[in-house]
Parts: sequence; structure tokens; C-alpha cells
Amino acid sequence: MSVIGKMVTLLRGSARELGDSIVDANGARIYEQEVLDARNAIAKAKGELTGVMAKEMQSAREIERARAEIERLEKLAVEALDKEKADLAEEVAAKIAEQEAELDAQTQSHANYAIQVGRLKDLIKTSEARIREQEREVQIAKTTENVYKATQAISENIGATGSKLISAKESLERIKKRHEDLADRMTAAETLDKEFGLKALEAKLAEAGIGENIHRKEQVMERIRARREAAAEAKA
Amino acid sequence: MKSLQERIVGLDVLISARLGGVSVSLQPIPGAVPVVQAVIGGREELPIFITASDDQILCICYLWTEAEIVPEKRVELLELLLDLNPSIPLSSFGHVDNRYVLYGALTQDARADDIACDVATLSDNALDALEALSSYLL
Repeated sequence: MSVIGKMVTLLRGSARELGDSIVDANGARIYEQEVLDARNAIAKAKGELTGVMAKEMQSAREIERARAEIERLEKLAVEALDKEKADLAEEVAAKIAEQEAELDAQTQSHANYAIQVGRLKDLIKTSEARIREQEREVQIAKTTENVYKATQAISENIGATGSKLISAKESLERIKKRHEDLADRMTAAETLDKEFGLKALEAKLAEAGIGENIHRKEQVMERIRARREAAAEAKA
Repeated sequence: MKSLQERIVGLDVLISARLGGVSVSLQPIPGAVPVVQAVIGGREELPIFITASDDQILCICYLWTEAEIVPEKRVELLELLLDLNPSIPLSSFGHVDNRYVLYGALTQDARADDIACDVATLSDNALDALEALSSYLL
């Protein structure tokens, strides 16, 4: 069964026991051992694969060599017959027969090696898939263990420091109140600034017709008029 | 492999920067597994706990306990949490022991800035979720 499957079963029973059973250190170790075994199997299969592939190549070369040798010997046998040396031709034919037997043997091993290569490649593929699956399971088991232990540590810490956990609603209210207080303080500061600060002074000065900004409109109008006149002159 | 402490160097500054300069303090929690508590200024009641296993980093915010749920609204709340899960950026609801949590999971190779992003988002999401779901709580 998958780890998630086990967790569902346990959760249906008692959530409290979950921490102890699923995240059991021995359980995690068993998974780790399985991953280790699968890794060893892969390493072994890869080693074997190299050897078998080398033998496969060797047998291919042997087949080529035997075929070439048979071809060469057959030519020699024909030449011997041409020169009416039947004895010699027979001797060569015996050699050819030997080579043919060798060729058959090599062809047979070559086919066997090819089957072995395919089998090893499949084995590696399935082992790798198994490792991925098991690593995921270890990850889930360890994370569950971690979360439960962390929660335990946090709960104990809260208990030890005497800062008891307040309710969620209470927390929310405190945070909101603090934010409101801050907003109120900022509004108050702004009001104060308006009344007693620089802004208040500037407002009073403007009211009394004192300050840089008083004649701004007039200044702008003057600038616009001057521009219009300059344009008119340029036209004339 | 880097330890949790090594991985979160400068995290307080990074979280602070993401939350507009509020104060952030990091505090290791003693226990069987590495846990660091991040307390965010103005949200002291909702600390974020950062913990690491071999494969991942988890940022967890504890929301409420089983006992705090309005009993007759429990099933409705659970369905709502499942419905909300895919929509909430970076964080998911979960249940550990008798506590409901909001958490974000990161790869163990996550950079400090990625963790900061997760913690800041988690804090925003947790506050948001508490406010939105407070009618289900006692």
C-alpha cells in the first residue's frame, strides 16, 4: 500500500496515533533500506550490462571474421579444384566446415547476448521507477514526522514560556485593534499638524495675503499675455 | 546540506522589506526538529513557524484549534477550506493534531528570498483567512 493509503487508513482510525505509526522511525528506515537495495540492484545491473554489451560486440566481430574466413577459404577451394587438386580442396572444405560451426556458435551467443541486454535494460528501468516511488514515500513519511515533531516543539515552547495560546478570534481582534490604533494615531498626528504645524502657519499666511503662492495666478497670466504679444509681433 | 539556520540568514530583513518595513524577529525553538519562529510587528499573535526536513521547507501558521470551531458549522467550514485551498496564493489549509494551520511548502533548495516571500504571503493570507472565517469560530 502507498504511504498516502496508509495515512488515510490511520486518519480514519485515530489522527492522534498517526504521528506514532506512520512516521515510525523504523518504518522510515525500512523504506530507506528498500531504496538502498534498489540502488544496489541498479548498480549491479549496469555493471552486468556493460559486460554483456561488450560480449555482444565481440561476438558480432567474430561473426564478421568467420564469414570473411569462409569466403576466403571457399575461393581457395575453387582454385584447388580448378588446378585439379581434389585432396587440397577437401582439406580446405574441412576448414570451412570448422568455420561454419564457429559461425553458428557465435550467432547463437550473439542472439543470447542481445536478449540479456534487453532484460537488463528493463530491470534498470523498473528499479529506477521503484526508487522514485519509494523516495516519494520516504519523503511523505519524513514530512509527516517533521510536522508532528515541529508542532510538538512549538506547543511545548508555548507552554514553557508561559505565553499561552490565545484564541484565533482574540488574536484577530488584538491585531485589528492595533491596526486601528495606528490608523487613529496617524489621523491624530495629521490633525495636530494641521492645527499647530507648518501647514497651519502657511494657511494663516496665505489668508493674510503673505507668501510665495499668493500671486501665482497673476504671474501665470502675465506670462501668458507676454507670450501672446510676442507671437503677435512675430506675425507682424 | 545546509542547515535551516544557514538557509534563513538575513530572512528577517527580507520579510520586513516585503511587508513595508515592519519589525521582524526570528527565534529558534528548541525541540527534536529544527524550527524557527518569525514574529512580525503588528501581528505578534500570528507567528509563522519555519521548519525543514531533508526534502522541503515548511512555513506554518497556526490558525485555530478544533475546540474553537462553532460545532454546527464545522462541516461547512471544512468544505469551505477545501474550496479555498486552490485559490489562496502559495498557502494551503491543513490540520495537524487538533490545530488548523495555513502552510506553504518550499523545496529544500529555496533561497532566503523565496522563503521570505512565502512567509510574508502566509502572514497576509492567515490574517485574511481569520478575518474571513471568524464567523465560524467561537
